[in-house]
Amino acid sequence: MTVSKAPPLLQINRLHRLMVGPLSLVVDEGDCLCISGASGCGKSLLLRAIADLDPHEGQVSLQGVPATAIEPQLWRSRIGLLPPESYWWLPQVKNHFRNGMPLPLEQIGISAGILDQPVARLSSGERQRLALMRLLSNRPRILLLDEPTANLDPVNTRLVEDVITAYRRENKAAVIWVSHDVGQVARVANRHYEMRDGDLHATDIEGRQWLS
Amino acid sequence: MVELSTVDLLIASMLVMLLALLSLRQQLNISRQLIIAAVRTAVQLTLVGLVLKVLFENATLGWVMLMALFMLFVAGREVMMRQERRFKGWWGYAAGTFSMFLSSFTITVFALVVILGNDPWYEPQYAIPLLGMLLGNTMTGIAIAMDRLTHAAWEQRHIIEARMMLGETSNEAISGYRNQAVRSGMIPIINAMAAAGVVSLPGMMTGQILAGALPVEAVKYQILIMFLVSAGTGLGTLAAVHIGARRLFDSRQRLCLDRLREP
Repeated sequence: MTVSKAPPLLQINRLHRLMVGPLSLVVDEGDCLCISGASGCGKSLLLRAIADLDPHEGQVSLQGVPATAIEPQLWRSRIGLLPPESYWWLPQVKNHFRNGMPLPLEQIGISAGILDQPVARLSSGERQRLALMRLLSNRPRILLLDEPTANLDPVNTRLVEDVITAYRRENKAAVIWVSHDVGQVARVANRHYEMRDGDLHATDIEGRQWLS
Repeated sequence: MVELSTVDLLIASMLVMLLALLSLRQQLNISRQLIIAAVRTAVQLTLVGLVLKVLFENATLGWVMLMALFMLFVAGREVMMRQERRFKGWWGYAAGTFSMFLSSFTITVFALVVILGNDPWYEPQYAIPLLGMLLGNTMTGIAIAMDRLTHAAWEQRHIIEARMMLGETSNEAISGYRNQAVRSGMIPIINAMAAAGVVSLPGMMTGQILAGALPVEAVKYQILIMFLVSAGTGLGTLAAVHIGARRLFDSRQRLCLDRLREP
């Protein structure tokens, strides 16, 4: 009898969508994997394909279970995608938090009173941070973050980075994080890839070429 | 009943000519369309008058069905053409046509058999005008509702996907737009029922009265028609929007806007 090793948290096998891939990737519990690359190179397409929002070839599995074996809505609540732009469809902020607040809003530099406000009054930075909270309230095992601090000042950027890192540790989660900020990659990532010609190329954390 | 002569109709057509001339002088760019539509009305109605005459003389189920199917397919085409972002391929035609078939045919047969009880039940003098009324109204309802649905899916695509990214099913994410589409498809007939007799005298009833029927009898028929039409429109719209909302997503509940035609 052989003792089988537990399957990786997220396994991507020959994923192919338009100009992305085919690419394969293994993400383990606790990983924070940053992806950089020129705009339009397919980073967002890759994240959308992992969340199964677009048709694609290849297979993505969560703890050994392929996406096709899981109801799409369950898959998407376990693999939480945070797109660069957030959308709100109910009148007030709090209406969007049916599962409650994952952590005190003060931790991301927002006062709790904002929950009673109409969505239209939020600034772009507040929207971005609240969209992250909304995503975390689903308790996803994988976070797919598409430039989650693009609209934030340096102070709030650090707050958000800390919240994501703490969430990852407490929930044994993993993060795939699209970022163009070399400093941010150095602060949050344990693996760094550059996306070029539809494939992921491992790069060291300071941004120098490591493998080609 | 006053019989209308060709000269009577020509006199009436001069009113349309007058309007066309007026629009020409006002540069409304609509005279051409107006004239074409007027000619179409005259030609199409004359033809259908002849067809009905022949059909009434040869009242067999086969001929009645053939006429009914022809009307259905024309109405199906009309529903398709009225949608800006309709489904590509045969879906664009089939979703509306199938829904109209489902609602209009069922309700017409129901009314013919259960309510009117003619012998034979498909008596074309009743069957064809009834089906025509139902198709005409259902067509409008379905076209409006499908147009609303596909428009909403396109315009609110980011919100629909955002909701699915948060773990909602495609059904939950589209349900608000789906219900709105059904409502907008049903509003014309609800308004027509609410205004009937107070604001407007419905065309069918007016026609019957002009042709010499007793007003009370004409009113009863009009009420019957209104009820049948509202049921038919409601059912048809529900069916079409249900089919459409499903077709907007694939088996993995992904929003498939590439299934819609560009306007």
